[in-house]
Amino acid sequence: MTTTEHAAVVPSFGEDQAGRKLAIICSKGNLDMAYPGLVLANAALGEGVETHLFFTFWGFDMINRKTMADLKLTLLGNTAMHLPQGLGGIPGMTALATHQMRKAIDDLGIPEVPEFLQQIVDSGGHLWACRMSADMQGLEEADLFEEVEAIISAADFIELTAGAQLLFI
Amino acid sequence: MPTTTIDGHVISIDNEGFLTDPDEWSEDLGKSLAAQIGVDLTDEHWRAIRFVRSDFVEQGETATLRRIGVVGGIPVKTMFALFPQKPAKKLAYVAGLPKPHGCV
Repeated sequence: MTTTEHAAVVPSFGEDQAGRKLAIICSKGNLDMAYPGLVLANAALGEGVETHLFFTFWGFDMINRKTMADLKLTLLGNTAMHLPQGLGGIPGMTALATHQMRKAIDDLGIPEVPEFLQQIVDSGGHLWACRMSADMQGLEEADLFEEVEAIISAADFIELTAGAQLLFI
Repeated sequence: MPTTTIDGHVISIDNEGFLTDPDEWSEDLGKSLAAQIGVDLTDEHWRAIRFVRSDFVEQGETATLRRIGVVGGIPVKTMFALFPQKPAKKLAYVAGLPKPHGCV
Protein backbone atom coordinates (compact mmCIF):
# COMPACT_ATOMS: atom_id res chain seq x y z
CA MET A 1 0.00 0.00 0.00
CA THR A 2 1.32 3.42 -0.91
CA THR A 3 0.54 6.82 0.50
CA THR A 4 0.34 9.92 -1.64
CA GLU A 5 1.97 13.13 -0.46
CA HIS A 6 -0.03 16.15 -1.60
CA ALA A 7 2.04 19.26 -2.20
CA ALA A 8 0.85 22.28 -0.17
CA VAL A 9 -1.30 24.67 -2.20
CA VAL A 10 0.39 28.09 -2.19
CA PRO A 11 -0.71 31.10 -4.29
CA SER A 12 1.43 32.06 -7.23
CA PHE A 13 2.75 35.57 -6.81
CA GLY A 14 3.44 35.91 -10.49
CA GLU A 15 7.11 35.11 -10.60
CA ASP A 16 6.34 33.93 -14.13
CA GLN A 17 5.42 37.51 -15.01
CA ALA A 18 8.86 38.85 -14.18
CA GLY A 19 9.95 41.28 -16.87
CA ARG A 20 6.45 42.63 -17.57
CA LYS A 21 6.53 46.35 -18.27
CA LEU A 22 3.82 49.01 -18.58
CA ALA A 23 4.10 52.45 -20.20
CA ILE A 24 1.38 55.02 -19.52
CA ILE A 25 1.20 58.23 -21.55
CA CYS A 26 -0.65 60.95 -19.62
CA SER A 27 -1.79 63.63 -22.06
CA LYS A 28 -4.64 65.31 -20.17
CA GLY A 29 -4.59 68.00 -17.50
CA ASN A 30 -8.14 67.79 -16.14
CA LEU A 31 -8.64 66.50 -12.63
CA ASP A 32 -10.89 63.66 -13.83
CA MET A 33 -8.45 62.55 -16.53
CA ALA A 34 -5.43 62.62 -14.21
CA TYR A 35 -6.71 59.78 -12.05
CA PRO A 36 -7.05 56.88 -14.51
CA GLY A 37 -3.31 56.88 -15.21
CA LEU A 38 -2.42 57.25 -11.55
CA VAL A 39 -4.75 54.47 -10.38
CA LEU A 40 -3.58 52.07 -13.08
CA ALA A 41 0.09 52.85 -12.47
CA ASN A 42 -0.39 52.24 -8.76
CA ALA A 43 -2.20 48.95 -9.42
CA ALA A 44 0.49 47.77 -11.84
CA LEU A 45 3.26 48.54 -9.35
CA GLY A 46 1.40 46.62 -6.66
CA GLU A 47 1.43 43.64 -9.02
CA GLY A 48 5.18 43.85 -9.48
CA VAL A 49 5.03 45.37 -12.97
CA GLU A 50 7.78 47.82 -13.98
CA THR A 51 5.86 51.03 -14.70
CA HIS A 52 6.79 54.22 -16.57
CA LEU A 53 4.62 57.33 -16.90
CA PHE A 54 5.27 59.87 -19.67
CA PHE A 55 3.65 63.30 -19.23
CA THR A 56 2.97 65.15 -22.44
CA PHE A 57 0.91 68.12 -23.68
CA TRP A 58 -1.85 68.93 -21.17
CA GLY A 59 -0.64 66.04 -19.03
CA PHE A 60 2.24 68.34 -18.12
CA ASP A 61 -0.14 70.05 -15.70
CA MET A 62 0.07 66.88 -13.56
CA ILE A 63 3.80 67.41 -12.93
CA ASN A 64 4.09 71.19 -13.21
CA ARG A 65 4.65 72.42 -9.63
CA LYS A 66 2.40 75.43 -10.31
CA THR A 67 -0.61 73.43 -11.48
CA MET A 68 -0.33 69.86 -10.15
CA ALA A 69 -2.24 70.53 -6.93
CA ASP A 70 -4.83 72.66 -8.71
CA LEU A 71 -6.26 70.51 -11.53
CA LYS A 72 -9.90 71.15 -12.33
CA LEU A 73 -13.04 69.37 -13.44
CA THR A 74 -15.42 71.16 -15.80
CA LEU A 75 -18.92 70.36 -17.02
CA LEU A 76 -18.17 71.94 -20.38
CA GLY A 77 -17.81 69.41 -23.15
CA ASN A 78 -18.31 66.60 -20.65
CA THR A 79 -21.65 65.03 -21.49
CA ALA A 80 -21.01 62.25 -18.97
CA MET A 81 -21.91 64.76 -16.25
CA HIS A 82 -25.51 64.47 -17.53
CA LEU A 83 -26.27 68.13 -16.86
CA PRO A 84 -27.28 70.85 -19.33
CA GLN A 85 -24.12 72.14 -21.00
CA GLY A 86 -25.30 75.73 -20.45
CA LEU A 87 -24.76 75.28 -16.70
CA GLY A 88 -21.05 74.75 -17.29
CA GLY A 89 -20.62 78.34 -18.45
CA ILE A 90 -22.02 79.86 -15.27
CA PRO A 91 -19.23 81.51 -13.23
CA GLY A 92 -18.14 79.35 -10.33
CA MET A 93 -19.48 76.13 -11.83
CA THR A 94 -16.02 74.69 -12.58
CA ALA A 95 -14.91 75.48 -9.02
CA LEU A 96 -18.01 73.78 -7.64
CA ALA A 97 -17.58 70.66 -9.78
CA THR A 98 -13.88 70.50 -8.88
CA HIS A 99 -14.64 70.84 -5.18
CA GLN A 100 -17.19 68.03 -5.33
CA MET A 101 -14.87 65.68 -7.17
CA ARG A 102 -12.02 66.38 -4.75
CA LYS A 103 -14.32 65.59 -1.86
CA ALA A 104 -15.52 62.35 -3.46
CA ILE A 105 -11.92 61.27 -4.06
CA ASP A 106 -10.89 62.19 -0.53
CA ASP A 107 -13.87 60.31 0.93
CA LEU A 108 -12.56 57.15 -0.74
CA GLY A 109 -9.15 57.66 0.89
CA ILE A 110 -7.50 58.32 -2.46
CA PRO A 111 -4.69 60.88 -2.36
CA GLU A 112 -4.49 64.17 -4.27
CA VAL A 113 -2.34 64.25 -7.39
CA PRO A 114 1.04 65.28 -5.86
CA GLU A 115 0.77 62.76 -3.03
CA PHE A 116 -0.40 60.07 -5.45
CA LEU A 117 2.64 60.68 -7.68
CA GLN A 118 4.86 60.35 -4.60
CA GLN A 119 3.21 57.04 -3.72
CA ILE A 120 3.86 55.81 -7.27
CA VAL A 121 7.53 56.78 -7.02
CA ASP A 122 7.80 55.16 -3.57
CA SER A 123 6.38 51.99 -5.14
CA GLY A 124 9.17 52.00 -7.71
CA GLY A 125 7.41 53.84 -10.58
CA HIS A 126 9.26 56.11 -13.02
CA LEU A 127 8.08 59.58 -14.07
CA TRP A 128 9.25 61.18 -17.31
CA ALA A 129 8.49 64.59 -18.84
CA CYS A 130 8.08 65.22 -22.57
CA ARG A 131 10.80 67.39 -24.15
CA MET A 132 8.52 69.03 -26.72
CA SER A 133 5.91 69.96 -24.09
CA ALA A 134 8.62 71.45 -21.87
CA ASP A 135 9.94 73.50 -24.78
CA MET A 136 6.46 74.69 -25.81
CA GLN A 137 5.66 75.81 -22.26
CA GLY A 138 9.14 77.19 -21.56
CA LEU A 139 9.60 74.88 -18.56
CA GLU A 140 12.73 73.24 -17.15
CA GLU A 141 13.27 70.40 -14.69
CA ALA A 142 13.30 72.90 -11.81
CA ASP A 143 9.69 73.79 -12.67
CA LEU A 144 8.56 70.17 -12.38
CA PHE A 145 7.68 67.80 -9.54
CA GLU A 146 11.02 66.84 -8.00
CA GLU A 147 10.54 63.11 -8.54
CA VAL A 148 10.39 63.47 -12.34
CA GLU A 149 13.55 61.68 -13.45
CA ALA A 150 14.24 63.70 -16.59
CA ILE A 151 12.84 65.61 -19.53
CA ILE A 152 13.23 63.24 -22.45
CA SER A 153 12.26 63.07 -26.12
CA ALA A 154 9.46 60.90 -27.42
CA ALA A 155 12.07 58.70 -29.06
CA ASP A 156 13.88 58.25 -25.73
CA PHE A 157 10.62 57.17 -24.10
CA ILE A 158 9.87 54.67 -26.85
CA GLU A 159 13.38 53.28 -26.46
CA LEU A 160 13.27 52.89 -22.69
CA THR A 161 9.86 51.23 -22.78
CA ALA A 162 10.84 48.63 -25.38
CA GLY A 163 8.58 45.61 -25.03
CA ALA A 164 6.18 47.38 -22.67
CA GLN A 165 2.41 47.30 -22.84
CA LEU A 166 1.18 50.82 -23.51
CA LEU A 167 -1.75 52.94 -22.34
CA PHE A 168 -2.56 56.35 -23.82
CA ILE A 169 -4.75 58.49 -21.61
CA MET B 1 -14.18 23.87 0.27
CA PRO B 2 -10.59 22.83 -0.50
CA THR B 3 -8.06 22.42 2.25
CA THR B 4 -4.32 22.09 2.24
CA THR B 5 -1.75 21.14 4.84
CA ILE B 6 1.15 23.42 5.56
CA ASP B 7 3.66 22.37 8.23
CA GLY B 8 1.02 20.21 9.84
CA HIS B 9 -1.64 22.98 9.83
CA VAL B 10 -4.76 21.94 7.94
CA ILE B 11 -6.28 25.13 6.50
CA SER B 12 -9.32 26.00 4.36
CA ILE B 13 -8.30 27.82 1.23
CA ASP B 14 -9.74 29.37 -1.93
CA ASN B 15 -8.73 28.24 -5.41
CA GLU B 16 -5.51 30.22 -5.27
CA GLY B 17 -4.44 29.10 -1.82
CA PHE B 18 -5.47 32.11 0.31
CA LEU B 19 -7.03 31.24 3.68
CA THR B 20 -10.81 31.54 3.63
CA ASP B 21 -11.24 31.65 7.40
CA PRO B 22 -9.09 34.23 9.19
CA ASP B 23 -9.86 32.46 12.47
CA GLU B 24 -7.82 29.44 11.35
CA TRP B 25 -4.74 31.66 11.44
CA SER B 26 -2.15 31.69 14.21
CA GLU B 27 1.25 33.34 14.48
CA ASP B 28 2.82 29.93 14.10
CA LEU B 29 0.90 29.38 10.85
CA GLY B 30 1.93 32.88 9.71
CA LYS B 31 5.57 31.83 9.98
CA SER B 32 4.89 28.75 7.89
CA LEU B 33 2.97 30.73 5.24
CA ALA B 34 5.81 33.27 5.02
CA ALA B 35 8.33 30.48 4.59
CA GLN B 36 6.25 29.10 1.70
CA ILE B 37 6.74 32.34 -0.23
CA GLY B 38 10.34 32.89 0.75
CA VAL B 39 9.81 35.66 3.30
CA ASP B 40 11.82 35.68 6.55
CA LEU B 41 9.71 37.41 9.16
CA THR B 42 11.31 40.27 11.11
CA ASP B 43 9.74 42.55 13.73
CA GLU B 44 8.78 44.95 10.93
CA HIS B 45 6.94 42.21 9.10
CA TRP B 46 5.07 41.37 12.30
CA ARG B 47 4.10 45.00 12.77
CA ALA B 48 2.50 44.95 9.31
CA ILE B 49 0.83 41.58 9.94
CA ARG B 50 -0.63 42.70 13.26
CA PHE B 51 -1.91 45.94 11.73
CA VAL B 52 -3.77 44.25 8.85
CA ARG B 53 -5.15 41.57 11.16
CA SER B 54 -6.60 44.12 13.61
CA ASP B 55 -7.73 46.44 10.79
CA PHE B 56 -9.56 43.51 9.18
CA VAL B 57 -11.51 42.90 12.38
CA GLU B 58 -12.60 46.56 12.45
CA GLN B 59 -13.19 47.14 8.73
CA GLY B 60 -14.21 43.70 7.47
CA GLU B 61 -11.81 43.99 4.55
CA THR B 62 -8.10 43.75 3.95
CA ALA B 63 -6.22 47.07 4.05
CA THR B 64 -4.66 48.35 0.81
CA LEU B 65 -1.07 49.61 0.72
CA ARG B 66 -2.42 53.13 0.93
CA ARG B 67 -4.32 52.34 4.12
CA ILE B 68 -1.36 50.46 5.59
CA GLY B 69 0.67 53.64 5.01
CA VAL B 70 -1.82 56.25 6.17
CA VAL B 71 -3.53 54.39 9.03
CA GLY B 72 -0.94 51.73 9.89
CA GLY B 73 2.03 54.10 9.63
CA ILE B 74 4.12 51.74 7.51
CA PRO B 75 5.43 53.61 4.43
CA VAL B 76 4.83 52.17 0.96
CA LYS B 77 8.59 51.96 0.36
CA THR B 78 9.02 49.83 3.47
CA MET B 79 6.23 47.52 2.35
CA PHE B 80 7.95 46.90 -0.98
CA ALA B 81 11.16 46.11 0.91
CA LEU B 82 9.42 43.72 3.32
CA PHE B 83 7.29 41.91 0.75
CA PRO B 84 8.91 42.45 -2.67
CA GLN B 85 6.96 42.67 -5.94
CA LYS B 86 3.42 42.23 -4.63
CA PRO B 87 3.42 43.57 -1.08
CA ALA B 88 -0.32 43.85 -0.47
CA LYS B 89 -1.10 40.34 -1.69
CA LYS B 90 1.87 38.71 0.00
CA LEU B 91 1.08 40.39 3.30
CA ALA B 92 -2.57 39.33 3.03
CA TYR B 93 -1.47 35.73 2.41
CA VAL B 94 0.92 35.61 5.35
CA ALA B 95 -1.68 37.27 7.61
CA GLY B 96 -4.33 34.74 6.60
CA LEU B 97 -6.64 37.35 5.03
CA PRO B 98 -8.35 37.67 1.62
CA LYS B 99 -6.61 39.69 -1.08
CA PRO B 100 -7.36 43.43 -0.79
CA HIS B 101 -10.23 44.56 -3.04
CA GLY B 102 -9.64 48.31 -2.94
CA CYS B 103 -8.11 49.96 -6.02
CA VAL B 104 -5.84 52.35 -4.13
